[in-house]
Amino acid sequence: MQVNNDTEKDYKPLIVAFCCNWCSYAGADLAGNNRLSYPADVKIIRVPCSGRLNPLFVLRAFQRGADGVIICGCHPGDCHYTTGNYYTRRRMALLFSMLDYLGIERERTKVAWISAAEGQRFAETMNEFTSQVASLGKNKRLEDLRCKN
Amino acid sequence: MQRIGVFVCHCGTNIAGTVDVSQVAEALSHEPGVVYSKDYTYMCSATGQGMLKDAIRDYNLTGVVICSCSPRMHENTFRKAAEQAGLNPFMLEIANIREQCSWVHKDMAIGTAKAIVLGRAAVAKVNLNAPLTSGETAVTKRALVIGGGIAGIQTALDIADAGFPVDIVEKKPTIGGKMAQLDKTFPTLDCAACILTPKMVEAQQNENITIYSYSEVEDVKGFVGNFDVKIRRKARYVDETKCTGCGLCTEKCPMKKVPNEFNLGMDSRHAVYIPFAQAVPKVATIDPNYCLKLKSGKCGLCSKVCSVGAIDYTQKDEIIEEKYGAIVVATGYNPISLDKFDEFAYSKSKDVISSLELERLMNAAGPTGGTLLRPSDGTHPHTVVFVQCVGSRCEANAEKGKEYCSKICCMYTAKHAMLIRDKYPDTDVYVFYIDVRTPGKNFDEFYRRAVEQYGVHYIKGMVGKVTPEDGKLKVQASDLLDNRQLKIDADMVVLAAAIEPDKSARPLATMLTASMDTNDFFTEAHPKLRPVESPTAGVFLSGVCQGPKDIPETVAQAGAAASKAIGLLCKDKLKNNACVAESNEMMCNGCSQCEKVCAYGAITYVDKEFRMPDRTTQVRRVASVNPAVCQGCGACASACPSGAMDLKGFKNDQILAEVDALCR
Amino acid sequence: MADENKELKMPDMNYAKDEIIRISGVNPRKCMRCGKCSATCPAYDEMEYHPHQFVYMVETGEIEPLLKSKSLYKCLSCFACIDRCPRGVEPEKLVEAVRLTVERQQGNDHFTPDSLAEFYDDDMPQQAIVSAFRKYRK
Repeated sequence: MQVNNDTEKDYKPLIVAFCCNWCSYAGADLAGNNRLSYPADVKIIRVPCSGRLNPLFVLRAFQRGADGVIICGCHPGDCHYTTGNYYTRRRMALLFSMLDYLGIERERTKVAWISAAEGQRFAETMNEFTSQVASLGKNKRLEDLRCKN
Repeated sequence: MQRIGVFVCHCGTNIAGTVDVSQVAEALSHEPGVVYSKDYTYMCSATGQGMLKDAIRDYNLTGVVICSCSPRMHENTFRKAAEQAGLNPFMLEIANIREQCSWVHKDMAIGTAKAIVLGRAAVAKVNLNAPLTSGETAVTKRALVIGGGIAGIQTALDIADAGFPVDIVEKKPTIGGKMAQLDKTFPTLDCAACILTPKMVEAQQNENITIYSYSEVEDVKGFVGNFDVKIRRKARYVDETKCTGCGLCTEKCPMKKVPNEFNLGMDSRHAVYIPFAQAVPKVATIDPNYCLKLKSGKCGLCSKVCSVGAIDYTQKDEIIEEKYGAIVVATGYNPISLDKFDEFAYSKSKDVISSLELERLMNAAGPTGGTLLRPSDGTHPHTVVFVQCVGSRCEANAEKGKEYCSKICCMYTAKHAMLIRDKYPDTDVYVFYIDVRTPGKNFDEFYRRAVEQYGVHYIKGMVGKVTPEDGKLKVQASDLLDNRQLKIDADMVVLAAAIEPDKSARPLATMLTASMDTNDFFTEAHPKLRPVESPTAGVFLSGVCQGPKDIPETVAQAGAAASKAIGLLCKDKLKNNACVAESNEMMCNGCSQCEKVCAYGAITYVDKEFRMPDRTTQVRRVASVNPAVCQGCGACASACPSGAMDLKGFKNDQILAEVDALCR
Repeated sequence: MADENKELKMPDMNYAKDEIIRISGVNPRKCMRCGKCSATCPAYDEMEYHPHQFVYMVETGEIEPLLKSKSLYKCLSCFACIDRCPRGVEPEKLVEAVRLTVERQQGNDHFTPDSLAEFYDDDMPQQAIVSAFRKYRK
């Protein structure tokens, strides 16, 4: 049997980023405006507030084969809706610890605070997170094979 | 099933340079629901929008996906166009393939693949979109201006002129701000007080303007058109309605050694004081930190001499509550603290002063009556050295100093140098500069005049060290063009200190949920196209709180902010956010989780009768959302354990569909 | 020390520039040419190339004149330029790195037993002589 090494070499992680509309999504736009590159493996979903993040969305992403999930919101105290990011901070702390128990390493999940003025920080965070996830390899723990065609 | 049209924008080469747009259009045409797919050079152009409208009509489209720039840029443009073609605007979604794809990736294959995935997610979302309509709320026709400097005064005057009531909240006892402290203004050299004080009086006399001096904003609730603001009126121990500003109390006050902040501590004032002669309101204020009566209960002289009985030692802080439709932030700036700049000996020698201090020294109403004298010994200085960029243009996160250019220093230093040479031709004036930045009408001419006509010595280089020695200041500096080190014996050194946003801006931004940059300047809704609006609806920016600027620019921006606020106040009704939360009453179990997380109090619980399958009626407690108050954050939707609460436009199944499409 | 007129063996200049930047950890591009380093330098008058010139010359790759310059040994390493530079460029570290580049260059024989006599006096510790040979006899 021939072992296909290529798949491992060409391995590109799939990263889902949830960005709040007011800070992080604007930060991502700023990174774009300043042409600060980060890996194309990062795919952004716009949500009104990081507080919109139902834990279900994160679980679904892992179930569908995402290798990492990052949630970006306004800095604590700066939430456009005053308190949304506080709920996310606590909710995700619990969720990530549960995911850890299920075998999804802590390094695959992250909550980052990125303001609308921090394009540089957005790109840096994404570069860092992508290489961190890539070093772990594919997420096989939670991936639901029934979801694959 | 939806009938979706996909439009892929080239954005010239901005997108087409790294994304194969025709391939994206082709790939997306096979997505479920897509009946039309096309790429075009500029979707936002009139032709592009026309194409969109035609396609909506010709193909009976029920949903549209535009793959283009950020939705923060053109979502509204396209939604308006779709509406004109008879489509509900909320049936249109944007896939951001410029800022978040073509501009950050270099490789064509990678960019194209990502653009297809992003487009796919948008199509998946639109498949689940439903038409939404916005509700309406009334607008409170009153504006609040925070800060009473030239920016705040001008904004208030312009709004008041349009016929709307305006309140100015100023934390100092008088309005006027930094401009009241200035002597002359560049590049015309007119006297700052002569042009400012009439405006202050105008503000006071305008019947639409209420000035809350010695007051601070305590709390802000609500949203655009309907802000509820609490203002703390600090106790000034003087009844503002009775005080005539005669100044008799000040004369008699025995406490004479209070550092005068208006003259930056270079002379002293009394414990009961009026900051300066043209103060508005011209009302005395008692400084509780120094007043003998308030501190020890002994004295009371001022109340004895006051003929109108305005002194009231029992006055307490007062909180007033008011409703506003629009808020304009004009909190201004301060020069940075120079205490950490040991090399310039600022804290060691009295003769090393900041530019604002020089401004007071040159002013006829200042501590020296307008004669330039050394603060240490009161003698006339014969050599004056100016140092530019003190604390400006430092590296990012510098321990002392700011990364940005403070913008105004080059010009005011030229002004100072020119004025000194004009008044005292026997004085040698040196200006050490890194670059002289004079973009502005008549600015460079002004600077050249300082050099050519007034003989100010401009030297490219920086001062490295100032050492006070035998009553002189030994200045060691570099002359980069001559490549030598200079040593000058100066009598006075003036530091052009960087400016920073006022300290009150940060807590205020938190109250307003308005965003700030890393330097604590307020961010604009768009750096180029919406420069006077904050991203938070109903909050406008005026003056230096948004970024360093000089007086003409500040006044221009103040007018712009006013016109934006007037535009808002003119409306009788405001369209609400259509993406509001909605509760499915059949699924709601009445747990109150959503009510607890709602920051706006938009959710209430009502007892409602339900017909049960067995034909009985049952009363159940269910959540109900007030769409006029809901801001659409979705906190309730993620808190709901039964899945009854959902956010329109960002429904659970829509986001899940996006996740699925990205992971496919 | 070695004869002043003797040709020094020089490293490859492009390599030297990269090495200097690597050793020092300084990014000369951060310099905004304000000249505060030279304004603050106490050894300014002794130096042929002044601190701001060091930064500029490293950036433009003019390394050779720097390597030959006596300025290298006039720098007091007082760190005033590092302390005062508004852009955090750290000119002294560049001077130090250039100095190291010269010292690490093999085969220059900066210090020979013949030249010992002119330095030697009774107060000089033996340790100093040994370490001078170790450091400069390369």
